[in-house]
Amino acid sequence: MKPASTLSFYTLIVLLVLAGVSLILQRHWVYEVPLIHGETQTVWSVEALVEFEAGDQPVKVSMARPADQPGFTLLRQSGASPGYGLNFVDGPDPRAEWTIRRANGIQQLYFQVDVLESDMAQSEIITPPVLMEPDWQEPYRSAIYRLSKDAWDASSDNFSFARELIKRLTEEESPQHIQLLKRAYNGRLPNLLAEVLNNSSVHASVVYGLELEDRRRRQMLTPLLRVWDGDSSKVFRLYEIKDERPLADDEEKPLLLWEQRGAPVLDVIGGENSRIRFSMLRREESTYSALNDSLPLQSSLLNFSIHSLPVAEQAMFKTILLLPVGALVVCLLRILVGIRTSGTFMPVLIAIAFMQTSLGTGIVGFILVVAAGLVVRGYLSRLNLLLVARISAVIISVIAIISLFSVLSYKLGLTEGLKVMFFPMVILAWTIERMSILWEEEGGREVMIQGGGSLITAVLAYGAMQHPLIQHLTFNFMGVQFIVLALILLLGSYTGYRLFELHRFAVLKR
Amino acid sequence: MKFLPSLIAPWALSRFGMLGMNERNRRYIGRYNPRSLFPLVDNKRLTRTTLSSANIPMAALIGVVDQQSQVKKIASLVEGRQGFAIKPSKGSGGKGILIVTHKDGDEWVKASGGRLTVEDLKRHISNILSGLYSLGGAADVALIESLIHQAHHFDDYTVEGVPDIRVIVCRGYPVMAMVRLSTHASDGKANLHQGAVGVGIDIATGEALAAVQHGQLLENHPDTGKHLGKLAIPDWEALLVMASRCYDVTGLGYLGIDIVVDRDHGPLLLELNARPGLAIQLANNAGLLPRLRRLDKLTAADTRLPPEERVRRSREWFADESVFDKTIQSGVKLAK
Repeated sequence: MKPASTLSFYTLIVLLVLAGVSLILQRHWVYEVPLIHGETQTVWSVEALVEFEAGDQPVKVSMARPADQPGFTLLRQSGASPGYGLNFVDGPDPRAEWTIRRANGIQQLYFQVDVLESDMAQSEIITPPVLMEPDWQEPYRSAIYRLSKDAWDASSDNFSFARELIKRLTEEESPQHIQLLKRAYNGRLPNLLAEVLNNSSVHASVVYGLELEDRRRRQMLTPLLRVWDGDSSKVFRLYEIKDERPLADDEEKPLLLWEQRGAPVLDVIGGENSRIRFSMLRREESTYSALNDSLPLQSSLLNFSIHSLPVAEQAMFKTILLLPVGALVVCLLRILVGIRTSGTFMPVLIAIAFMQTSLGTGIVGFILVVAAGLVVRGYLSRLNLLLVARISAVIISVIAIISLFSVLSYKLGLTEGLKVMFFPMVILAWTIERMSILWEEEGGREVMIQGGGSLITAVLAYGAMQHPLIQHLTFNFMGVQFIVLALILLLGSYTGYRLFELHRFAVLKR
Repeated sequence: MKFLPSLIAPWALSRFGMLGMNERNRRYIGRYNPRSLFPLVDNKRLTRTTLSSANIPMAALIGVVDQQSQVKKIASLVEGRQGFAIKPSKGSGGKGILIVTHKDGDEWVKASGGRLTVEDLKRHISNILSGLYSLGGAADVALIESLIHQAHHFDDYTVEGVPDIRVIVCRGYPVMAMVRLSTHASDGKANLHQGAVGVGIDIATGEALAAVQHGQLLENHPDTGKHLGKLAIPDWEALLVMASRCYDVTGLGYLGIDIVVDRDHGPLLLELNARPGLAIQLANNAGLLPRLRRLDKLTAADTRLPPEERVRRSREWFADESVFDKTIQSGVKLAK
């Protein structure tokens, strides 16, 4: 095993850096992707995946698609579906229509749209749908009339009427007749509201929106209520309905209206078991490139960047592309500083979990789960079990601990606590096992050193991976990966002292 | 620990010739220890067969347990014996080593005084077999060896455990050596980071150079009070030749060799280490780098000289001055 010569090693480093820099510059100049995260506008790529089973007959799929709306401007849209004819129907009710003469088995149709977050779009006048005559049965009819009358008396126009209705239907403690309605219309409250409004000659319909959150996959549409007053209309979010959304986030997510008028979102003729799922991804683009459509998404074969992948895969890659940064942090801390961790790259996985949970919750959760796990492991070690069985038992205990914490924190009203679910459980189980052995053999001090080292590394890796500029650079510039690789190679050839060694050998200073 | 940790400047450390972890890994382990030879030292069972074919003495093997179904045979294996040691074949850093000194009624007594039943022994072996102490948790076998009795020479220099002598051998040449003395703080174990005392040994003479505990210099054994400056290893030359021969047998160019001196059998090889630690430099109050650089310049022919000749050269090149003498001459009291 002869080490490669120093010359060829540094040539490799230089080549990697050159490749990295030229790739970055190419993307910056040709595609006008800004290097600094600030001078950008946010573009959301949303991908709808329509799935259904075709029954060997002609198929027609009609799907609602979003239009310009306050807050969002449509940049580009495209569909992918082998063998299907695809037609974009414009007009007040924009739709995408796929047609095929004969199809069999499970079909997958893709539709992708890029929207720009901006306030440029004028709120267009949307014509109201026709009023519907609801047909209610007793005892609901009288309950609805009572609710409707109370709300009507307490309001001045159509919008305040709708607001009063929503308030009454979503209150935690409501009178008997409302409770009855809530039970009967559980999960269909927007439909009930639309019916009640229609019955009072107010134009209203259930529309569907998509809450935009970076890197989400397999999302569903949220039903919303649109209420008209003459030509103007307003969309009401029913966020207050807590029972349906226990994981309510504090920060408001942008809401893209997918269907604006109350028409069905998906209409499949010639197929069954149809469903629609959404993936989404946030990107920062310069205003110029966003508006000039100079980022071809599904075009030439020469475009090898991951931005040519479907949005769902890109969303996954966005996290994967951050891993090298985490690995770099681990290299820095181990080679230059000399921090000891339990498991080389365990801290990076913990850091990824922190990205899901937010830092404070993550640290508290990690310490609680590991501490509780160590107690359980202490008991297991007395049972004299074989290793594989013991690790498996620890995994099950970790799951039990995490479930317990989730339930406890939810009962105590700490929804933050629910996020411990994001921890990688098998990794945690191994961490607990290792630390427990370490405790038995080297004592608690070594556990604190390695556990603390792992936690510090995880927090620093989290800090790097969470930084908006780093996220922007790693995702938009493949060249960054080459430079990270070059840095890691350079670190691998470092033979100088570690920071901790300067302390360890400080006794020689005399 | 102080609030602000004291640091030494890297150039000062470099002037002192201290070998750092990164340089050890890349320049010495990476260059002189081919990966394919690692199993020779990481697997003690393999070490045994390799070394015994070269007639390097080791503690007598009582038996090997390599299957869970054989765990119960431990009772008959150690029947009638007073003391023995159970070791994982692929253990590292002394993990999983259980030393039993004698039997008391139905129970076995550990070096630290703890008591074990036969069930405890079985559980320990079962843990070894399932890979608890091996690198990466791979399945392992348990070795049962006869107990090593401390040579009277070391009486009062150690508590509980038998002292072991660590020699660093680079390209077949002994470079630096130390003795590790267990203390109450180290719980009878000879691991420096657990509080054992490390005494640097002069390659030329086999006599003590300096002693450290927890990285601080000291003069007397913390428990027995014995002055460590008088410590000298018997049969020093034979011991160095034995260490040097391990290079010829294994082919590993950067080795840490652990040797114990038995009351009845003389020097016995305890284990080999392909990643020897850096603390030996503190115990010697000297850096490894100047010596290693000298050995880097040797030709391949130099490394093939007979071990006796290599030891002679090493003793000439690497003679060192005792810190104990220095303090007596200058009258400076060493920091406790």
